[in-house]
Amino acid sequence: MPYTKRPDKRKMDELRPIKTEIGVVPNADGSALFAFGKTLAIAAVYGPKHLHPQHMQKPDRGLIRCNYNMLPFSVTERARPGPSRRSKEIGLITENALSGVVDLTRFPSSVIDVEILIIQANASTRCAGINAAAMALAHAGIVMKEMVSSVSIGKIDDKIVTDIIKEEEDWKEGEGATDIPFTMTSNSKDITHLQLDGNISTKRLKEAVEAAKKACEKILDYQTRALKGEKINEIN
Amino acid sequence: MEIPNINKKQIANLLKNGKRLDGRTPFDYRDISIEAGISENAEGSARVKIGKTEVIVGVKMGVQEPYPDHEDEGTMMVGMEFNPICGERYESGPPKINAIEVARVVDRGIRESGFIDWKKLCIKEGEKVWCLMIDIYCVNDDGSVLDASALGAVTALRVARFPEYDEKEERVKFGEFTKNPLPLTDKVPFTITFHKIEGGILVDPNRNEEDTSKARMTFAISSPKKEHIINAMQKGGLVPISTKELEEMTSQCEKIYESIYPDINKKIEEFK
Repeated sequence: MPYTKRPDKRKMDELRPIKTEIGVVPNADGSALFAFGKTLAIAAVYGPKHLHPQHMQKPDRGLIRCNYNMLPFSVTERARPGPSRRSKEIGLITENALSGVVDLTRFPSSVIDVEILIIQANASTRCAGINAAAMALAHAGIVMKEMVSSVSIGKIDDKIVTDIIKEEEDWKEGEGATDIPFTMTSNSKDITHLQLDGNISTKRLKEAVEAAKKACEKILDYQTRALKGEKINEIN
Repeated sequence: MEIPNINKKQIANLLKNGKRLDGRTPFDYRDISIEAGISENAEGSARVKIGKTEVIVGVKMGVQEPYPDHEDEGTMMVGMEFNPICGERYESGPPKINAIEVARVVDRGIRESGFIDWKKLCIKEGEKVWCLMIDIYCVNDDGSVLDASALGAVTALRVARFPEYDEKEERVKFGEFTKNPLPLTDKVPFTITFHKIEGGILVDPNRNEEDTSKARMTFAISSPKKEHIINAMQKGGLVPISTKELEEMTSQCEKIYESIYPDINKKIEEFK
């Protein structure tokens, strides 16, 4: 069966319905929820605070530390609780995605802890996590040069599609599935995070970048509105 | 971080006169809100908020070999984590003793009450039984996480449904659900924790009150008939509790159960 229509009937460049709001964790300095359809993440920011262990301190700049945590019941077959190689890698790429837009020289020897929980998973969990984390940083009042927005672009068979779901991620026919999560800055449209699994020609990659740019702009609008206090829920 | 001694003194002094900083009386709970079905891939899930405290609970199911001493009964596993998201004082790492204690007390309340009909979770005696895996995550800790966790676990179990099971291939079809609820009984456990603070006893402490607490006593009670049955208890804290205090807690426990459980029960029934 060739891939002509999306399983959830979206247009090729259409995002899933979005749910987002800030202030979901009262104890935290900043927090946010972000959902792409059935993928739901919450993030909380604690800090800047003193960094331990001491040997990690840098006298001229601070550090962002991310924990990505996929809850055991968020996936169809229970995931083992606690850190895994996968969750550690995603924690690292999230740190990289965010650190570039935060002026870390303002927080010498300090750390900003970012905690991400994936409560429900249906592909693009790292993107939902990064979107929530970026909003939580802003909500915490951390000085940021720009916002970041994250989306996964896919090449499913020979089509470039935006914000892929599990069914698309598992596509086997034709050219199969290529998953490219992007994170882009709001003004300069620089890429602070990019990963790719699959197969794609250099020409099609350019197309994917364009699709990511468009999608991130839309996501930015949701993030900005939520940060102004609006509770957005397109999912019923 | 832990609150200063002067605030602890204030909490204790107020309690001597039956008062609390947030205006509640000693045996008053904060607002309890319950949501079910908060995570679709779980067989059952729930979010419980008590005041600003929030926990989320998910039940996943699997098939495994039974324990040799209970060859025709299903099994259950309860896990709990205070993820660093829930408060400044928590660090990442494997669950520490406070989380382990919560999980074990929740487990015992459910197990000992007879809430689950274990025999009906047997697929093939001695070979295959259903395993219930309950995972509890604290999202925001403002005290009374244990009571919230127990309520969340019971709610998630009550709204859970079996996944599809392929009998020929003898394996679970993860992600596909039946409409069959779990084999539960009317012996529903409800957990109430009392705290002893210099100056008196109270329930449902917020974070500051919990930091002031010298000792605590948890009751998991159920009331299938008219009688109240205690299914699990746990004493915590360094300071002893007198038998007189225990008596007061026991009688208050029944009163609190009667005053708040019927409403909670009704709410959970609506989710089914």
